[in-house]
Parts: sequence; structure tokens; C-alpha cells
Amino acid sequence: MKYLKYLVLGIVFGITLTKAEIISWYRIYEMFKFQAFHMYGVIGSAVVLGIVITQIIKRTRMKTLSGEPIVISPKKFSIARYLIGGIIFGLGWAMTGACPGPMFILVGNGVFVILVAIASGLLGTYVYGRIKHKLPH
Amino acid sequence: MLEAIKQPWPWYVAGPVIAFVMFALIYFGNSFGLSANFRNICSVFGAGKSCDFFAFDWRKQLWNLVFLAGTVLGGFVASQFLMSDTSVAISEATVADLKALGINNPGNGFVPADLFSFESLLSLKGVVFFVVGGFLVGFGTRYAGGCTSGHAISGLSDLQPASLVAVIGFFIGGLLMTHLLLPHLLTL
Repeated sequence: MKYLKYLVLGIVFGITLTKAEIISWYRIYEMFKFQAFHMYGVIGSAVVLGIVITQIIKRTRMKTLSGEPIVISPKKFSIARYLIGGIIFGLGWAMTGACPGPMFILVGNGVFVILVAIASGLLGTYVYGRIKHKLPH
Repeated sequence: MLEAIKQPWPWYVAGPVIAFVMFALIYFGNSFGLSANFRNICSVFGAGKSCDFFAFDWRKQLWNLVFLAGTVLGGFVASQFLMSDTSVAISEATVADLKALGINNPGNGFVPADLFSFESLLSLKGVVFFVVGGFLVGFGTRYAGGCTSGHAISGLSDLQPASLVAVIGFFIGGLLMTHLLLPHLLTL
């Protein structure tokens, strides 16, 4: 029962990303070509609202559902890992037309060939885990 | 009402829903980050035996895996019951650019049908797009410590400088791929 709410949220997320065409390879291509506002509107409005929500959470010292204080831990700042890792992800995002969430939502939509990208993504994550100590962070 | 839901949803519906999902996950004591599930699934498969990075109790991340399962289900529900058609109204300029790159009927369906088929995996092009592309997503997101949900939405919402660097990286990579590499890869 504890997990039902996460399942429901996932369903809402999957429906929304499908209905707003965020899982479409074409929309990602169009975004990186700056040929439509759609994706910028989606991400931009989510971030603007997200900033307001995050500020309200912090300023009202909101508690979680179970009554614990909400802690949003700051990310340790550096350039290398975020820039290099980000560029590598960006290359793959524009190629597959899908970031990790949409990859799984596409499976639900019956685009099963994306399972190959998911399997390869798991391998990529595993390889990162194996060589992370050799990479600049 | 159902007819309206069956139409494509505009950005000003999707963006706020995504922000709400982020809020709900925080309110439940967790955080919004899909790519962490790649690491979780590696751990479920026993990667922790050969690599410390995966040696954690994935059961504590079960909420995120359940959320992920929900997204698959959501995609299924939308595709089965909430779609009147699956054409994507991309701009005229995008259609023209993609036709020039040899894509048939751009915007007809969510993905280019010729590319997103199991037959295409038998070609170099298909292997590059799915095997190499997927690898870059899995490797890059973990290196950067997050993807679109973790950095672009959650991180920027919290005004985290690290996330801004990551998002700039996402765009450098995405623009390089789209403008310089895709024209060659699509015509492989």
C-alpha cells in the first residue's frame, strides 16, 4: 500500500509525457533545432513553478507526509563531472530522442526497440561505476 | 471532456504536472530523478558484487522503481485509451529538415518508424542509434549525477549551480549531435 502512491504518480507522469509528446524523437530534434517553443514551454514552466514550490517548501519548513523535515541536499559543486557528463548525456539524448524517463514510457507505448537503448544504458551506467575513480569529477 | 484529453496536451498543462510530480515525490520524502533507476536496476541485477558503486540496498529505492513501473503503465494507458491519433505536429521547418535527411513522413507517429524498428538493428545505423545512443545516456547521466528530471527540473528549481552546469552540458551535447553528427548518422 505504501508504494501505491508512487505507482499512481508514475502513471500520471507517463500519461502526461505521452500526451504532451515529450517522448517523441521529433520533439527533441525540433527542440535542439530551436524550431518550436513546445519543449521550452514544458521545461520552462516546470522549472518556474518548481522554483516557487521549492521556495515555499523551504520558507514554510514544510514537513513530509510522515512528518519528517524536508531536506533538499545541495549538490557538491564542480565543473568537470557536470559538464563532461552532461555533454555525454546530451549526445545520447539527441540521438535516441529520449532521456531515461521517456525511454521507459516509450516501452509502454509499444516502441519495444527502445529496450535495446535501455539495456545499453544499463551497461553505460555499469561501466561508469567501474571506471568512475579514473574520471575527473 | 474525454475528447479534450484525447487531443495532444499543450506545454502549459505538461509543465505544471511535471512540477506537481516533483513536489509530490519531495512531499513523500524522496526526490525526482529518473536516471537513478539505471543504477538501481544494475544493483537489482547484482552489480554490487563486482562494483562498490552498486553495493547498496536497492530495496530502499524501491519507491523509485515502482514510480518507473508506473510510467510504463502510464504510457500504455495513454496509448491505448487516450489517443485519437499519434501524429506529432512538429514545425514545417523541422519536417523539411528531416525530409532532407531521408526521414519518411516526419511527425507521423512519435518516432521515425524506419529507424525505430527491430530490422534497423541489423544495420550499422540502428546499432549506432540504440546501442551507442543508449550507452551515452546511461554513462552520461550517472557521470553528471542526473538527467532531465534530476538536474533540469529538480536541480534548477532549487537554483543549484551544479545543475545549471549540467544543463548547459546537456545542450552542448544535444546541439553537437543534432547539428553536426545527426546529418551524417541519419544517412548511414
